[in-house]
Amino acid sequence: MRGQARKESLSDSRDLDGSYDQLTDSVEDEFELSTVCHRPEGLEQLQEQTKFTRKELQVLYRGFKNECPSGIVNEENFKQIYSQFFPQGDSSTYATFLFNAFDTNHDGSVSFEDFVAGLSVILRGTIDDRLNWAFNLYDLNKDGFITKEEMLDIMKSIYDMMGKYTYPALREEAPREHVESFFQKMDRNKDGVVTIEEFIESCQKDENIMRSMQLFDNVI
Amino acid sequence: MAAGVATWLPFARAAAVGWLPLAQQPLPAAPQGCEARSDEVLVVNVSGRRFQTWKNTLDRYPDTLLGSSEKEFFFDPDSGEYFFDRDPDLFRHVLNFYRTGRLHCPRQECIQAFDEELAFYGIVPELIGDCCLEEYRDRKKENAERLAEDEEAELGGPGGAGADWALPPGSPFRQRLWRAFENPHTSTMALVFYYVTGFFIAVSVIANVVETIPCAAGGRAGWREEPCGDRFPLAFFCMDTACVLIFTGEYLLRLFAAPSRGRFLRSVMSLIDAVAILPYYIGLFVPKNDDLSGAFVTLRVFRVFRIFKFSRHSQGLRILGYTLKSCASELGFLLFSLTMAIIIFATVMFYAEKGTSKTNFTSIPAAFWYTIVTMTTLGYGDMVPSTIAGKIFGSICSLSGVLVIALPVPVIVSNFSRIYHQNQRADKRRAQQKVRLARIRMAKSGTTTAFLQYKRNRGLEDQDGAERPALSTRSSSAFEQQHHHLLHCLEKTTSHEFTDESTFSEALGVISLGGQTSRSTSVSSQAVIGTSTRASSLISSCCPRQNKQRRAIRLANSTASVSRGSMQELDTLAGHHSPGPQSSRASLNAKTHDTLTLNCDSQDLVAAIISIPTPPANTPDESRPRSPASDRGEGPGRPSSGSSSSSRGALRNSSLGPSYLLHNAVKISSL
Repeated sequence: MRGQARKESLSDSRDLDGSYDQLTDSVEDEFELSTVCHRPEGLEQLQEQTKFTRKELQVLYRGFKNECPSGIVNEENFKQIYSQFFPQGDSSTYATFLFNAFDTNHDGSVSFEDFVAGLSVILRGTIDDRLNWAFNLYDLNKDGFITKEEMLDIMKSIYDMMGKYTYPALREEAPREHVESFFQKMDRNKDGVVTIEEFIESCQKDENIMRSMQLFDNVI
Repeated sequence: MAAGVATWLPFARAAAVGWLPLAQQPLPAAPQGCEARSDEVLVVNVSGRRFQTWKNTLDRYPDTLLGSSEKEFFFDPDSGEYFFDRDPDLFRHVLNFYRTGRLHCPRQECIQAFDEELAFYGIVPELIGDCCLEEYRDRKKENAERLAEDEEAELGGPGGAGADWALPPGSPFRQRLWRAFENPHTSTMALVFYYVTGFFIAVSVIANVVETIPCAAGGRAGWREEPCGDRFPLAFFCMDTACVLIFTGEYLLRLFAAPSRGRFLRSVMSLIDAVAILPYYIGLFVPKNDDLSGAFVTLRVFRVFRIFKFSRHSQGLRILGYTLKSCASELGFLLFSLTMAIIIFATVMFYAEKGTSKTNFTSIPAAFWYTIVTMTTLGYGDMVPSTIAGKIFGSICSLSGVLVIALPVPVIVSNFSRIYHQNQRADKRRAQQKVRLARIRMAKSGTTTAFLQYKRNRGLEDQDGAERPALSTRSSSAFEQQHHHLLHCLEKTTSHEFTDESTFSEALGVISLGGQTSRSTSVSSQAVIGTSTRASSLISSCCPRQNKQRRAIRLANSTASVSRGSMQELDTLAGHHSPGPQSSRASLNAKTHDTLTLNCDSQDLVAAIISIPTPPANTPDESRPRSPASDRGEGPGRPSSGSSSSSRGALRNSSLGPSYLLHNAVKISSL
């Protein structure tokens, strides 16, 4: 496999352009699990599609490839990875939501392109892009509306990550109350759902949110 | 945290955007000064072999040497690389750990070396991946066992049969007796006892055998031949009694000497001993009547167990015993499968032969005998099948018997071989130990003489002022010079000087004479020779206990500290010397105190001497303290030789620390 002889620097992107057949997609697990390998598109293409620099992409890919040599992350792995950051609580539900948010083509796996695309939006996108992404995260069935039930699920999953030992102690109604206040703020026309426009508009009016958006600019 | 976690952290942080709109409180500011993910290639130079890796790779494990700022200590700015003076082959595995997150254990490397490397780089061995973990654990356990065996052999633990060094002379009789029993070659008496018991075991067994041989009957019973036992009952009874007396005596002595009587009583050998002698006593005390005569006969069978007493004498028997014990499960399997096969075939044969008249196969249990004989390919021929079916099944039976018995045998054989080699290793280790100790002794004596030589030179220098004796310019390495300088500093610090053994004992004489506390300038060999050792004035009147102790400590200081081998000794000595003799930190010191009981009445002076064997003329191996008589007999005319001969009684310095203090009773006779 030519990939094995490849140096880390990925300087020769000709190895990676689309002329090579991408090996089997991850869906065809029934053949062999271990030889599934997904190679991303070339470096230049990724550079065009995302707002990362070449160097940043290289760093990202090296880390990604190290963790997932097969080139893709499936939901189980994702949950496992994410749970390592929140040892006290149960982050599996939220991880699922996140996974769905990253898995834009809904094929059950997150490849490097998905990964980088999502990160690009979050870290290098405009405020609106980020808000869009967040909305997409909340909108579980991707129908363009956030209902109270969806928001409740999200809220519960976030509170689950806190675990049992919190101060003040977590009450049963806390997620619901939080959802109520959220809808109070976001739902302009009080129709019980939040649309993308309402969401973006309300967020832009909120200073806290605006200010915190800058927090994530230099994560990479 | 696992390896990949560091990689994914930025992603997790980025994903926190999802919480933003939901946050009810303002989120905290991001930590400043987080170094940007600088991705540079680091060069790690390990003993000349250059490894290059990304900085991020090393940063994955921040609590190890390479992942933390500790590696900056090893940074060489001239070459811009991190230099480690360690094994490059093993470093490969360490670096792979960073790269893949799994630590593998190299199969061809010494596990100890690998452990040390891991410890150096701050990696916990528990991180070894599953693929290599089992093997790592096995090898580590083997090593640990080997070391434990070593130690046990050194210290001669209870029941440990390895120690050959001499017990301190003052040790209790009981301990000596036990040692004599366990290690017959330590003393002549023990050896004699060993052979005597062996002889009597043989005699007893032979007597048991011979008394059943039919002797010519003589006139008594006519044609019937009777066994020798009945013909010469008195002779055999006497022999039996003698043997049992010896065995009983041995058993009681062992019981008395055993350090742990409970353990002794439970041990296999003592059980065998007990079983060997009990039948006799039972037979003695139980009246001989016909009811019990059957039981009595059975008891006599147990006398044959005396032959197992030979296992104390024979290594091979013990090995066999261990082997059988360790292969218990295989033997059990063998037995079980054989039983199954026997039952099956016996049943089949019985029914196959049932129709035949006058057949031997009268019942299934009767067929057991046939099956066993056939499966073990004995084939006595007392029972043979006559029907065709019987013959067919009989042949199947014999074939399968061969197979079933052959299966567990290799396991037993390999076990035996392993245990046998272990034993051989133990013997080899003992021999090596002796050689090693001898070498260490020689090295130590070399060091002492070197140091004393150095002092002499310096002493001469001081005396002669400008003139430099030729000796001082003799080449001694920088290390030696610095070492000697260090010892010199110590001397100045403590206002005491190092000396050697002979001068010490002579100096004792000096003190005894004048009662002075002056330290003898026994640096040079102009020790006090020819001074009479008048103990009478010495001890009673004016030698305060202080002096003796100090002197003894000083000697202990001198001799022990010049052992280059163990700087710990130096530390402990230096440590306990400063507060004076009263402090008792090391056991060294404690022993010194214990033994320096000045007993004015008995005019004995017992000094603790850790000595180095002096000139090779003295046999360092002589471990017995000289009998006081010889010292006393020296007389005033030859005090030097007297004291030096008494000093000759002192003893080996074992390499293993102050616990090997040996005492020498120096009796300075009053004249």
